[in-house]
Amino acid sequence: MGRDAAKLAALKKNFEDAQAAAQTFVAPNQFAELAEENGAVGLNASTEEDSTQYFWSMPSNRLELWAYMESGRIAHPVAREFYKERDVVQEERRMRTDSNPIGAMVEQFLAAAYTAHPYRVPTVGWESEISQVNATEAAAFHAKYYVPANIVVAVVGDVKAADAMPMLTKYFGAIPAGPKPEPMATVEPVQFAEKSVVIRETTQPFYLEGYHKPDYRDPDDSVYDAITDIFSNGRTSRLYKALVRDQKIAADAEGFSGFPGEKFPGLFAFYGEPVPGHTPDEMREAIHKEIERLKTSDVTDQELAMFKTRARASLLRGLADNQGLAAQLAEYQTRYGDWRELFRKLDEIDRVSKTDVRRVANKIFVESNRTSARIEFTPPAQAAGQDAGGAK
Amino acid sequence: MKSARMEAGMKMQGMRMRTFLAQGIAVCVLLAPGAGAMGQNAAQTAPPAKTATKTPAQAQPWTKIAIPPLHDFKPEQPKRIELANGLVIFLQEDHELPFIDGSVRIRGGSREEPAGKVGLVSMYGAAWRTSGSAAKSGDELDAELAVKAASIETGGELAYTSVEWGSFQQDFDSVFGEAVDLLLHPAFKAEKLAMAQREMATGIARRNDDPGDIAERESAKLVYGAESPYARQAEYATVNAVTLDDLKAWHDRGVVPNNMIVSVVGDFDPAAMEAKLRNAFEPLARGAAMETAKIDIPAPKQGVYFVDKEDVDQSNVQIVGIGTERSNPDYYALSVMNEVFSGGFGSRVFQYVRTKLGLAYDVGGSYGADYDHPGVFRSEAGTKSATTVAATQAVLEEIGRLKTKPPTPEELKKAKDDVMNSFIFRYDTPEKTLNEQVTLAFYGYPPDFLEKYRDGIARVTAADVTRVANKYIDVSKLAILVVGNKTQINPPLTALGKVTELDITIPPPPAGAGQ
Repeated sequence: MGRDAAKLAALKKNFEDAQAAAQTFVAPNQFAELAEENGAVGLNASTEEDSTQYFWSMPSNRLELWAYMESGRIAHPVAREFYKERDVVQEERRMRTDSNPIGAMVEQFLAAAYTAHPYRVPTVGWESEISQVNATEAAAFHAKYYVPANIVVAVVGDVKAADAMPMLTKYFGAIPAGPKPEPMATVEPVQFAEKSVVIRETTQPFYLEGYHKPDYRDPDDSVYDAITDIFSNGRTSRLYKALVRDQKIAADAEGFSGFPGEKFPGLFAFYGEPVPGHTPDEMREAIHKEIERLKTSDVTDQELAMFKTRARASLLRGLADNQGLAAQLAEYQTRYGDWRELFRKLDEIDRVSKTDVRRVANKIFVESNRTSARIEFTPPAQAAGQDAGGAK
Repeated sequence: MKSARMEAGMKMQGMRMRTFLAQGIAVCVLLAPGAGAMGQNAAQTAPPAKTATKTPAQAQPWTKIAIPPLHDFKPEQPKRIELANGLVIFLQEDHELPFIDGSVRIRGGSREEPAGKVGLVSMYGAAWRTSGSAAKSGDELDAELAVKAASIETGGELAYTSVEWGSFQQDFDSVFGEAVDLLLHPAFKAEKLAMAQREMATGIARRNDDPGDIAERESAKLVYGAESPYARQAEYATVNAVTLDDLKAWHDRGVVPNNMIVSVVGDFDPAAMEAKLRNAFEPLARGAAMETAKIDIPAPKQGVYFVDKEDVDQSNVQIVGIGTERSNPDYYALSVMNEVFSGGFGSRVFQYVRTKLGLAYDVGGSYGADYDHPGVFRSEAGTKSATTVAATQAVLEEIGRLKTKPPTPEELKKAKDDVMNSFIFRYDTPEKTLNEQVTLAFYGYPPDFLEKYRDGIARVTAADVTRVANKYIDVSKLAILVVGNKTQINPPLTALGKVTELDITIPPPPAGAGQ
């Protein structure tokens, strides 16, 4: 038993020397710098449950430079300063989850809603996993998933396909091939009892609930979009009218499909943000009343018409934004194997009927399929002990 | 329209944006020459590999990639029309998609509202549209517009209020008609003011939940003064003090033609559109233009300020002072300085605090420049509680180095390239070109300000940057604000100086206010 202080110091010194030596081979951030010098804007990446994305915009005369750089970092990544970046990810977790009441609530909510499927795991990772993942594991993940068979590239802008395609083929074709990763085998078991999370802290109240639903390939996919629109889109939406305008209990309330993802069966979620003096229980009750109405009576012709017109307008308006359109095309190609599905979706939307909406509502909005999470405001312990009346 | 609060929470799960900066492309020798900033970082931890920093060009295959000249691109400028009554119109054709969008911008905003009624302009912006016009209630408008996938929205900002509308091209006449009716004949309703007040009250009750919100708000107060119109916040008392008559009076004061700029973009025939707009706005009689409030900018607060938040494990560090205005002749040099200091991934503060020290995910800053008042010079970092002092000192060191370490030729070139090569994205859509002209006209800037900006940036020298750094940067005049968990911050903040703790307790509503 015991520690050899001298030996530890020597090892520490060796380690630091090795780090310093490694540092001489590093030009930090050079990739991003090169992009920025060449006029890149919106350079970023996102990691989501269903996919990761790398995106930026460049002046059109830099198309080839972009193809060289983007294909290069996919084909031959070098995780320089991996462990420093890992520390940065821990800060990100502290910022978005640990120090953010709603972030923390959402994490607990998903962990409760899912028993087996990886949708229960936060994309940023649990603290102990961030602090233990190593560069070798990260490289293995990259090698397995970042293979051409698993990647879609989309370019939108002032380019001609005839010029761009040979260029893209040259650079992205050089990425080493690999087998498409095996599909996810885990299937979330059917939920048979309501689950709930109650957080008591000195934070303003909030209510969130979700119901398991099928993935994006379900024939009723557009019906869920209709319910989202009817429940949440603007001041004509049911939740706004009921909770915000008429009952005056919420500042904001919505229902939306596909949380936290759509590739696998996600949740149809609802939330309500109480105005001062009102409680998560009131949110829950009011939301359930609206759900019950959807299950027992038809939506109006006008509601359905609004949904369809807005879906078309929203698709068309999206065409004006190059980066947004590129993201959509890549997403549809990834999901359906054909980007044209983005436009065919409108036909599917046009076919949604009142009967569909009622049928789907009755299928998934049932108690045993529900998970809820709430924040109950609790005054700080000291304040409560001293003077319950003084706490705010 | 998810609330910002819900959005932030979902982001942590559903849409986690981040940057993969440590990853680079596989070029066996990545040690770049031309990387002054990098060389400087490497030099601090280890002897720089001299030979490597003289890497020959063939080690940088990307330099061999041809970059053809960008084809000539002159964005079409909007047509400007000034009516006899002083109203200014901008028209921008865009026939790519079958939509027409428009806006009326009205001088006078929250900085002009009385101190006892903070929140007035924000609630005016909310209740205006939800109340509706004399002919049509807000609820009726909602239903009518939703069927057309159209929108009419009103809003209140710092310097102006606005009516904005948008629709399919074929619905323009009816939607524009409703928008003009709302502009000229609003019918403010008590129940909609009450709804706006509830929404404000919700924001007030929740304003201390997120450390980032606290940091932004409290740091602005340190810069401009707690009661300054640029920093003050609404309270239950000021929100409850606002009456229906206040909304009506505000409206009558603002909605005069010589106080408004109208802009329209989209799929229309310009002559026909001009006729429609003249028809709608020419009959309006000129009135008294809204005076922009004269707002004193006090001497900056110095010192270390702290907000204790016991339920967090990270400190939000803000280092703030006064920035500048865009009309300042030094604006170009300050812009380049800003780029060197905090403009993106290659910038000094990012390289040092995030990349070299790994102390923060969120690190950045800007030497803020507003159109008609000084912006905020802000540097910020989010760091784990234990490294609060270290991260703060690191940012301060980097600010200090702006004066002592002039930009290297590489830094200067990079900073200017960043601005020049991405310049096209400032006007790559007709809508952006239009909005730029509206903003310039609103603040009384020349229409060619953007072109002048580009020329101005091109002329900036390293000596200019050093000169403005010495003229405008004074570390001793900055305020440091930390929002964090006192029990976890070790070494304590006293290592940075005498600490003033800020009380952010929310004043309760006045008795009997019925909140």
